[in-house]
Amino acid sequence: MADGTSVDDEAGAARFAQLLADEQRVEPTDWMPEGYRKTLVRQISQHAHSEIIGMQPEGNWITRAPSLKRKAILMAKVQDEAGHGLYLYSAAQTLGTDRDTMFEQLITGKAKYSSIFNYTTPTWADMGSIGWLVDGAAICNQVPLCRASYGPYARAMVRICKEESFHQRQGFEILLTLMRGTEEQRAMAQESVNRWYAPALMMFGPPDDDSPNSKQSMAWNIKRFSNDDLRQRFVDMLVPQAEILGVTLPDPAIKWNEERGHYDFGDLDWAEFHEVLAGRGPANSIRVARRRQAHEDGAWVREAARAYADARADERLAS
Amino acid sequence: MKTSHVKSTAITPESIEAAGAVAPLAVAEYAVGLGDDALILAQRLGEWIANAPELEEDVALGNIGLDQLGHARSLLTYAASAWGKTEDDLAYFRTEPEFRNRQLFELPNGDFAQTIARQFIASVYFVSLYRALEGSADPTLAAIAAKAVKEVDYHLDHSVQWLLRLGLGTEVSHERMQRGLDAMWPFTGELFSPDPLAVGLEGIAVDPETLREQFDATTARWIAEAGLTIPAAPSVRGGGRGGSHTEYLGPLLAELQVLARAHPGATW
Ligand SMILES: [Fe+2]
Ligand SMILES: [Fe+2]
Repeated sequence: MADGTSVDDEAGAARFAQLLADEQRVEPTDWMPEGYRKTLVRQISQHAHSEIIGMQPEGNWITRAPSLKRKAILMAKVQDEAGHGLYLYSAAQTLGTDRDTMFEQLITGKAKYSSIFNYTTPTWADMGSIGWLVDGAAICNQVPLCRASYGPYARAMVRICKEESFHQRQGFEILLTLMRGTEEQRAMAQESVNRWYAPALMMFGPPDDDSPNSKQSMAWNIKRFSNDDLRQRFVDMLVPQAEILGVTLPDPAIKWNEERGHYDFGDLDWAEFHEVLAGRGPANSIRVARRRQAHEDGAWVREAARAYADARADERLAS
Repeated sequence: MKTSHVKSTAITPESIEAAGAVAPLAVAEYAVGLGDDALILAQRLGEWIANAPELEEDVALGNIGLDQLGHARSLLTYAASAWGKTEDDLAYFRTEPEFRNRQLFELPNGDFAQTIARQFIASVYFVSLYRALEGSADPTLAAIAAKAVKEVDYHLDHSVQWLLRLGLGTEVSHERMQRGLDAMWPFTGELFSPDPLAVGLEGIAVDPETLREQFDATTARWIAEAGLTIPAAPSVRGGGRGGSHTEYLGPLLAELQVLARAHPGATW
């Protein structure tokens, strides 16, 4: 069969189908189709990589944060993202791929991560836009995944979503403070929102009719809503928040549609999306190179830690 | 993963501000010295985030940096009250010679071993400093120290673990760890030289000379256990408490202050 099942797997397959039908969780020791396992490893590890690479655009402002309170909040946030990466790698490891292998794929440029992190953060206001728009989009994407069929993934998402909503509030607050500040600060906030708005909307992925893998993932309960549905939800959430902030979303087509009960919005520039996806974004090569550099510079440290742990284990055996 | 073992009732910059305690001028000057030590070290540790040898260390160094930043914020908030100012006035709008940190804290991160060497020395020093300061007659300083002491205990444990791993791990790590210690050691003497900002504050400030013995004993013990040697290099002249700094502080401050200074009077 296409998904690799054989006659021997029949009982497992039946149980798997039943779990999905009952909206139950699949656990690491349960039988699962190879395609399900592969898709999950890909999805979870890409998500983990995104958290890790996502540390960089915000890490860029830790040393220059304009108040000590903001510096503390930003440091804590970037650290949270490292923590998210770690939980997600652990969740992916339960599917039989070890973290070193996944990390190697990241730093050799073989693995994908969210394209949003290939944009740069030239201004402080970008700390606000990332929190509000990027963490905001991440929440819309991830809240449904708290009900994903794979147990370890769903549980990791519960923990992560709590922190992401905190990040979103902090980002909103950065922008709100800027919008209530000097004229220069307001301009800084608006300019930043102008840059991040469309890329954030593209975080949900291509339009549904151009998203080949979505259907199977939805059948497996590892994707619960379509890209376009999630995008619509996000826009519906943003518009009133933008009004409170006093920023203008850079899309003249945004308009309440009474009939649909949603905001209409304009088409996105998917050519831009594919450009960044293809590696031609503002910072693609820099992001991976930076993590790779850190990893290579730290090789002797990890080696020392391993040698030390091994020597101690030998000592314990000998005594 | 988070290391903070402190109850939510512990002192924070916000609670200090809300309490409205005004630091006596001499106490404020002393607190600026301690606050600057913590701030400058936090700034250095922040440089590691997204650059550490493994993800766990991104988190651990970030945690230590965050704790240090917390100490800095409390100390500077309290100090600033003496002049009707804020922590940010002190952090962002003083010039290099107005900073009072000891020079050790401004030294560059170097490689991971050098950072661990600095953190090890700093943590041994902070543990005994904050333990002594817990008994300060100034209640705000005592409360800040009481919160800090639990955190720096963890920082010491972290750096001791790495001192041992690197000292005893491989030949390469041993050599790098020794070099790290060698680079940092000339700056230990300054930590225990008389603190001009502590003069006349008996019972309130800690006389740094009283911390030396404990420091020597603790560092000697762990350095020996890690198979490393206590460097014999002479101490540099120091003078951070009087505003003398290495050439490393200027660029650090330029980075720390650049945005705030571009928008004087702005709120963030
Ligand atoms: Fe995250
Ligand atoms: Fe986040």
